[in-house]
Amino acid sequence: MTTIQTARKAPTAASAANTAAGLDVERIRADFPILKLQINGKPLVYLDNAASSQMPQKVIDRLVRYQSTQHANINRAVHTLSELATNEFEAARRTLQHFIHAREEREVIFTSGTTDAINLVMHGYGRKFIGPGDEIILTTLEHHSNIVPWQMLAEEKGATIRVVPVNDAGELLIDDYEKLFNGRTKFVGVTHVSNALGTINPVKQMIAFAHARGVPVLVDGAQATPHMQVDVQDLDCDFYAFSGHKLCGPTGIGILFGKAALLESMQPFKGGGDMILSVTFEKTTYNTIPHKFEAGTPPIAAAIGLGAAVDYLSAIGMDAIAAHELALLDYATEQMVSLPGVRIIGTASRKAAVLSFAVDGVHPHDIGTLLNLEGVAVRTGHHCAQPVMQRFKVPATARASFAFYNSMDEVDALIAAIRTVQKVFS
Amino acid sequence: MADPRALYQEVILDHNKQPRNYGTLECPSHHAAGHNPLCGDHIDVELAMGKAPGYDLAGESIDGIAFQGEACAICKSSASMMTVAVKGKTRSEAEVLISEFLDMATGKIDLADAHHIGRLRVFSGIRDLPVRVKCAILPWHTLYAALNAIEDASTEAEHDPMHTSIGDA
Repeated sequence: MTTIQTARKAPTAASAANTAAGLDVERIRADFPILKLQINGKPLVYLDNAASSQMPQKVIDRLVRYQSTQHANINRAVHTLSELATNEFEAARRTLQHFIHAREEREVIFTSGTTDAINLVMHGYGRKFIGPGDEIILTTLEHHSNIVPWQMLAEEKGATIRVVPVNDAGELLIDDYEKLFNGRTKFVGVTHVSNALGTINPVKQMIAFAHARGVPVLVDGAQATPHMQVDVQDLDCDFYAFSGHKLCGPTGIGILFGKAALLESMQPFKGGGDMILSVTFEKTTYNTIPHKFEAGTPPIAAAIGLGAAVDYLSAIGMDAIAAHELALLDYATEQMVSLPGVRIIGTASRKAAVLSFAVDGVHPHDIGTLLNLEGVAVRTGHHCAQPVMQRFKVPATARASFAFYNSMDEVDALIAAIRTVQKVFS
Repeated sequence: MADPRALYQEVILDHNKQPRNYGTLECPSHHAAGHNPLCGDHIDVELAMGKAPGYDLAGESIDGIAFQGEACAICKSSASMMTVAVKGKTRSEAEVLISEFLDMATGKIDLADAHHIGRLRVFSGIRDLPVRVKCAILPWHTLYAALNAIEDASTEAEHDPMHTSIGDA
């Protein structure tokens, strides 16, 4: 932690933090062709990483190599290319397995993304095991993708959703969480990191509490996997969902981790090819996991690209990434707090590198448009987390979200751009 | 493409800071709520329509208009300037202005062909910011809905009373 304090005190915060955290940011930035772009005549300052991250050349090259030399459909034909593609696809699964420290590779299911993964659990587990009068616990911090599927299930089954509140800093009230449990509680869905506020939730502790009452837990890891080491065995979560495109990988690919026994007990989500062992019009026998949940031809290139992205991140090291991002967050927070008329929304003691903010007298969309004119890309809006906006009584926020390839200079560019916004509206 | 910074010029910032006809009417005859679900902006428009002699619906005049809501500077100033522009106008004059404003904002007509637009020309640059077009047109959708007794207006899907296509946006 001394490294972070160096970053706080040193006048040349940028260089100090970069070296202290062990990241050569300039060298890393050279890996990302898109970061060389100019937007509105200004160097791109990409701070919308919580929405989607950028792709390094290594991953782009991997996609090209797959399509140029390895592509065929998988799990089907006996020809060379099909075998090659199948092997590469399964190698990507093992890479992802090791990335989240899953016990077995069959516990790693390729989905189209986090939303798809959560819907898989809703259909495969929820529709089979949750019934009338049962209760599902969610939190105020959930993204819509971890709310709406459960509402659909609750409506279909006559189940009830209970919601964990947050305090003014945007931290879950754990006492309230524990009080929500009763004999009817059948499922918990919680986000590891809030996409709107950056809060890191104490999911390990929450999972232990739920397990002591026999309740399984799904963790939405979309915002956690890009920023920290995730160990699903250590967390002991039953399900863990995340997306490839927030991890420097392609869009259209994501992962559902599920404990093998649970996945085996579940009903399939989608029906089709690959997920069956035999089909007659009288009876179909389903394939074993993970294939039972991978109907149809998957996005093979995207899966292999995600494998390459995870290799790239692992080579840098998730701990080094986390340390650099924490330094960025600390520096950006300190700078933003010093701006009069700017308020940070979400001040949890444990946060990922996400800064949601409001500027007095300026609507977030005007902030977004004016920052864009300075080359600074941030997200503005409700961040698909309207309950969070309602809790903090704002219609929307502007959100700067950092990645390991962001530099301290870019924090300075953000702050300067916010000053420009204030000048326009003064 | 014009410099988008020009959009945030004084007149827009002024109407944002001090919106005209902001609030509610004592006895509104028409009302609609406009909502842009993508960004959460919402605008309420109230009208006090004065009857024209006979059954001349087109000849009804907008004797009073007020708006309120929570919205960005583009939306709020568009609403404010809209109220100034249509106050005292007949229903048919207002409808001409509505369609001309929408055509200008979505780039369907050139500024030179917008003959009734007057001071509202400050919004012509919005066509270069496709994601913000909806902010500028929401108040006009809402006015259209109020005039036509449609309670809820939106810039989206089936709640879009005018089925406005915003071109390349």
